[in-house]
Amino acid sequence: MSEREIDVAIIGGGPAGMAAAVAAREANGRVVVIDEGLAPGGQIWRDKLGVAARGQAAQWKSRLLASGAELFASTSVVDVRRRENGFSVIAERSGEPLTFQARAIVLATGARERFLPFPGWTLPNVVGVGGAQALLKSGLNVQGKRIVIAGAGPLLLPVAASLSSAGADLVLVAEQTPWSSLAAYSLSLWRTPMMIAQAVRLRASFARTRYASGTWVTRANGDGSVRSVTVTNGRKTREIQCDLLCVAFGLVGNTELARLLGCQTRSGAVIVDDEQATSIWGVFCAGEPTGIGGVDLSLVEGTIAGAVAMGRGVSPALRRRRERMRSYAARLESAFALRPEVSALATPDTIVCRCEDVRMADLERSWSSRQAKLYTRAGMGACQGRICGAALECLMGWRPDSVRPPIQPARLSTMLDAGRASQSPSGAT
Amino acid sequence: MSASIELVVNGRTVTALEGSTVATALINASELGFRASPQDDVRAPLCGMGICYECRVTIDGLAHQRACMTRVRAGMNVVTAVLK
Amino acid sequence: MNRRQRSDAIVVGAGIVGAACAAALIDDGWRVTIVDRAFASAGTTSVGMGHVVVMDDSPEQLALTAYSERLWRDLAPELDVRSEHDPCGTLWVAEDAAQLDAVRTKHSVYADAGVVSEMLDEHGLREAEPNLHHGLVGALRVPGDSVVYPPGVTMRLLAQAQARGASLREGVEVCEVLPNAVRCDGETLHAEVIVNATGASAAELTPGLPIVPRKGHLAITDRYPGFCRHQLVELGYLTSAHVMTTESVAFNLQPRRTGQMLIGSSRELVGWDPSINHAVLGRMLGRATEFVPRICDLSIIRCWTGFRPATPDKLPLIGPWDPTPGLWIAAGHEGLGITMSLGTARLLADQIAGRATEIDASPFMPTRVIDATVEEHS
Repeated sequence: MSEREIDVAIIGGGPAGMAAAVAAREANGRVVVIDEGLAPGGQIWRDKLGVAARGQAAQWKSRLLASGAELFASTSVVDVRRRENGFSVIAERSGEPLTFQARAIVLATGARERFLPFPGWTLPNVVGVGGAQALLKSGLNVQGKRIVIAGAGPLLLPVAASLSSAGADLVLVAEQTPWSSLAAYSLSLWRTPMMIAQAVRLRASFARTRYASGTWVTRANGDGSVRSVTVTNGRKTREIQCDLLCVAFGLVGNTELARLLGCQTRSGAVIVDDEQATSIWGVFCAGEPTGIGGVDLSLVEGTIAGAVAMGRGVSPALRRRRERMRSYAARLESAFALRPEVSALATPDTIVCRCEDVRMADLERSWSSRQAKLYTRAGMGACQGRICGAALECLMGWRPDSVRPPIQPARLSTMLDAGRASQSPSGAT
Repeated sequence: MSASIELVVNGRTVTALEGSTVATALINASELGFRASPQDDVRAPLCGMGICYECRVTIDGLAHQRACMTRVRAGMNVVTAVLK
Repeated sequence: MNRRQRSDAIVVGAGIVGAACAAALIDDGWRVTIVDRAFASAGTTSVGMGHVVVMDDSPEQLALTAYSERLWRDLAPELDVRSEHDPCGTLWVAEDAAQLDAVRTKHSVYADAGVVSEMLDEHGLREAEPNLHHGLVGALRVPGDSVVYPPGVTMRLLAQAQARGASLREGVEVCEVLPNAVRCDGETLHAEVIVNATGASAAELTPGLPIVPRKGHLAITDRYPGFCRHQLVELGYLTSAHVMTTESVAFNLQPRRTGQMLIGSSRELVGWDPSINHAVLGRMLGRATEFVPRICDLSIIRCWTGFRPATPDKLPLIGPWDPTPGLWIAAGHEGLGITMSLGTARLLADQIAGRATEIDASPFMPTRVIDATVEEHS
């Protein structure tokens, strides 16, 4: 076991975490960045195999490397405990325990996709939208594969463009949002012309693919893997052959660690003040867990959080930038709101909790996530209710259950080690 | 251009690009059965980012490793649900 | 006495003890209402191990657990898939020669009580459980012990009771027990029989009950089918359960039907603080690694705590509560609530009906507590 005394432990190495690290280092703090992924960048700036990073991603990665922050990749945080003078961060890397003693924590844990159950969604080759992007960047060969992209949100376009560039036969992009909402959203982008240009460029890159709004997938068909999908726009239904279905419905902040620490949340987002401070002294939060808002907002929030965690102030310019980014985020959320049909796709036989094979029919009796857990085992699997919890919140309105350590499955020896740390003089329990 | 390495999947040799993940190596090699669910339904990666735990396979004897979070390594031994 | 005219009984607490009592009272012709302030199994029933086990910390405990286990064997064929009943048996594991002697004694004590068990030597133990540490010298195998999923069994018992006319009212809190009545928020329910089966918080409803919460930790692993086949318990478990005052851990490992391993156990008296005590959890896990070294490599998915309803003499309270007409107690089972639920229900129903009980119920009389208090003050 190794212990490190540091000023700021930044949990998450995506844009928010990287910005926080750079800012905290500018104030000469002893800083670590703990990230589950193979390399920093989070999801949006994930390294593409064999391709050098470019643009903003490249800039921030060099800044991070130059900053002097110590980076721990492929490292999962298992628990964070409050101590007299700060926090103990219990983590695991390659099955080995790592412990950090930090005065302050910046939670930059990013977001995951929201999956809603529908018949056939558990078939192999049904993946997320961001998930498809992640797999593509980590080496997935999509050359010649017939792909349908579906769901909701601004991720559909850039992922479609990526897959198309990688040689996929992109058959359909089905956005569930009705045209009227999309049009209104596009009009609102006049304030951010850069984004309009981006969207136009993206669309042009797969110009031959049908982009259908107000359209959603009702089932995936196949045996052993997906062979076709059934799509509808509420009036007409058709079946489309495909090899890969990429489907997800927006993003959900990874707020588990914040909730474990007792931070207040509202509507699934961690509440932070003007300085990115949560309701728990010494815990800051930046980026998607405070509300889905995209890269640029994450960078600003991360910068603020890292500076304040080291006791530095925040410039008015930075605050104004955050406000601008937040208003863009708000427009995004309302534009891509989920239509009721996509929350009603599951039949009684459809699996809702994938880890434990709990079907929709099994959940009829239960009326809270805790009851569902006890009676059906939904949420008791390895993903600790992350996938089904987000779905059930949409489908049933159930608030997620309380969070306990370990917040990721951990090797028993790591938990043992963490227990010993609690007994040593430096660690108050 | 990334180099090619070899790993063993369910007893057969599979080629993958160095730096790629076990998940993509398996999918590229048409090994689509990563994990068996409690009712023996065959599963493969969903989220691609370490959240869903559907991509769990046994790597070098250690069970329940997330394939999407693990880089391939020459000589790595992977066993999936197909073989269990 | 045979089937009575239908009159009312109210069971307060829809955990496994309350559910079993409701089922037994329905059998006797009572019109039963089960009331729970949260939902069925929400209390200790949802957090324990679900080990159906014979234990001999005292002759009384042995009698009630052995009796209960016979009833579990009768019930087993009726249990559904959700109850996850697994007749895997228990291994009481001995670390040294002294413990092996204790195991021999246990073997004969069990035999006297009609409980089948067999001694395993080092070789036999290794064959039975390859993942156990090789330094262990032997064990007592109790094949009649089993494992269940308590919420599953509770739902099953309640469903059966409801099918026969019982009504279950969840989200209803009983504020006060009156003579032959319970006062809930906004209504008073009258009944000839009222059963306090509220477990660790039973003293809230019936002040004077010497039931206090005794906290325990548990951890569950991911699926490792075949890793262990029996519930494994160290002999020191009895000492840990017996000594009330100190914090203690004792090795207890349970294979579940799912292939997951449930790791226990710990005991502390710290009131109702549900937070994980990392030092205690660590010691509990550490103790497990001393018996099953390979457990170090397993993936832990979840940890949690729960409260056992503990009494000073380590025996439950089953019988009438004289100070309040109509009130009966079925609570205080410490770590044996699952096992003892069935025996408790029968002892209670027999007493209510005025029938002779199948085992001596006098050690479990709630009045023993009152007498003790009276003696203290006289």
